[in-house]
Amino acid sequence: MNAAKTIVRVEQLEKRFGDLKAVDGLSFTVEAGRTVALLGGNGAGKTTTISMLLGLLIPTAGTIHLFDLDIARQRHKVLGRMNFSSPYVDLPHRLSARENLIIFAKLYGIKDVAGRIKEMAKALDLDGLLDRRTGSLSAGQKTRVALAKALLNRPELLLLDEPTASLDPDTADWVRRYLENYQHEQGAAILLASHNMGEVERLADEVLMLRKGKIVDRGTPEDLIYRFGRQNLEEVFLDIARDRRVGDVAEGVSASAEVTEA
Amino acid sequence: MTTFSLTRVSAMCERHFYVMRRSWPRLVEMAYWPTMQMVIWGFLSQFLATNSSYIANAFGVLLAGVMLWDVLFRGQLGFSLSFLEELWSRNLANLYCSPLTPLEHIVALICMAFIRAAIGVLPAMLLAIPFYDFSIFTLGIPLLAFFFNLLFMGCALGLLVTAMILRFGLAAENMAWFLVFLLAPFSCVYYPITVLPFWAQMIAYALPSTHVFEGMRAALFDGVFLWDHFAAAVGLNAVLCLIGIGVYLFSFARARKLGLLLQVGE
Repeated sequence: MNAAKTIVRVEQLEKRFGDLKAVDGLSFTVEAGRTVALLGGNGAGKTTTISMLLGLLIPTAGTIHLFDLDIARQRHKVLGRMNFSSPYVDLPHRLSARENLIIFAKLYGIKDVAGRIKEMAKALDLDGLLDRRTGSLSAGQKTRVALAKALLNRPELLLLDEPTASLDPDTADWVRRYLENYQHEQGAAILLASHNMGEVERLADEVLMLRKGKIVDRGTPEDLIYRFGRQNLEEVFLDIARDRRVGDVAEGVSASAEVTEA
Repeated sequence: MTTFSLTRVSAMCERHFYVMRRSWPRLVEMAYWPTMQMVIWGFLSQFLATNSSYIANAFGVLLAGVMLWDVLFRGQLGFSLSFLEELWSRNLANLYCSPLTPLEHIVALICMAFIRAAIGVLPAMLLAIPFYDFSIFTLGIPLLAFFFNLLFMGCALGLLVTAMILRFGLAAENMAWFLVFLLAPFSCVYYPITVLPFWAQMIAYALPSTHVFEGMRAALFDGVFLWDHFAAAVGLNAVLCLIGIGVYLFSFARARKLGLLLQVGE
């Protein structure tokens, strides 16, 4: 069996802001067709890591190779093959959804702009929204338009920062199902940053648990749950956030009891 | 090196056309101030024309000065506002994660500055004909030389303003409105450079706009085109544009280092 192609290769990635180490020696890979999740509390370094992969932020040390190209030198050669979605950015509110998609389709060099938008509208159920101003859409509708923008160029690498933040459970489930289908059909690599444990358990092949910019543990969701002796990823997350380790659990110390006592 | 893409440049211009065509108040605002300036200065000039032999000979100089000054102001503002719209809508990260290069973005902003300036000053220039029987278009080809020199100076100033905004965020937004007015006294829009004290003349000669307005007065008074002033304006503009691009790219690189591209916004 052939090994999957490595899309993302990050080595010893570091980002300092003055004295603060926001990201501290991260190394990981993401293969085609797989989803890797960055999981951690606020300030763990998830968004900083994604920003560096997008080239919006220059690392202090370490290397990032996307599609085997060093983005420090060849960023513009890879930008057309990837895309992203984040609640920290927005599409211009005064433009209609269609106008926004036209602009980004052109920026990404898509040949059949109208055809691709029609395809995306059908796939993401945007038909009734295309000619409405983006600012007048609900949070769920905006997320679908942002997702359409993120998928316009059929990215081989998709970076998703909190893709279902502020969505109701039904819409969030719909978005996750769409992402699963997209990945299945396109074989795309996905790097996901999320606070939503259910989402990570469902979508991720590998989870990188981050704390203060470092990877403190990693594995499949099932593996982490098993090793920490927990019922679900949320409990694992709390253990890590509160600086409890696998060894503590293995020695029979009840993390939750200790936290309660504290 | 990525190939420069005119498609991406036109896409960025299209993005602003969508906003402009939907918002008639914006179009009105663009044309409103230049037209108001022209009307006010026109009547003032008419009054002075009956009271001063100098002004009597140079009725058009004041009006032409008003209109051309607005080319500079509207050019700078058009450039800066087109950039600010990306910040206000938190769209900058989306743009710079796409294959759009900073240079393509700059070219698109220059195109938008040209279009916004034209929308702003053309109605005023046309209205001056029936109002005061004064047509700036009688300047002919030199008018184009003045127009484009002032437009490029406006864009160079716009680059400096946007560089400051990239560095300091929207706190620097007000610079888009007042920076150009700091240069007004030295640009000698309504009076010859010899009126200024010596130290101020040194500053004035370093500005492309001063050479444009000196050239404009010569064209209107004497019907001659002063090639030395034209060459000085073009040369100074080239230097100013290069400095502007350099400062913008430096600020962009610094924003990437400090993580400001994701932070700037409302």
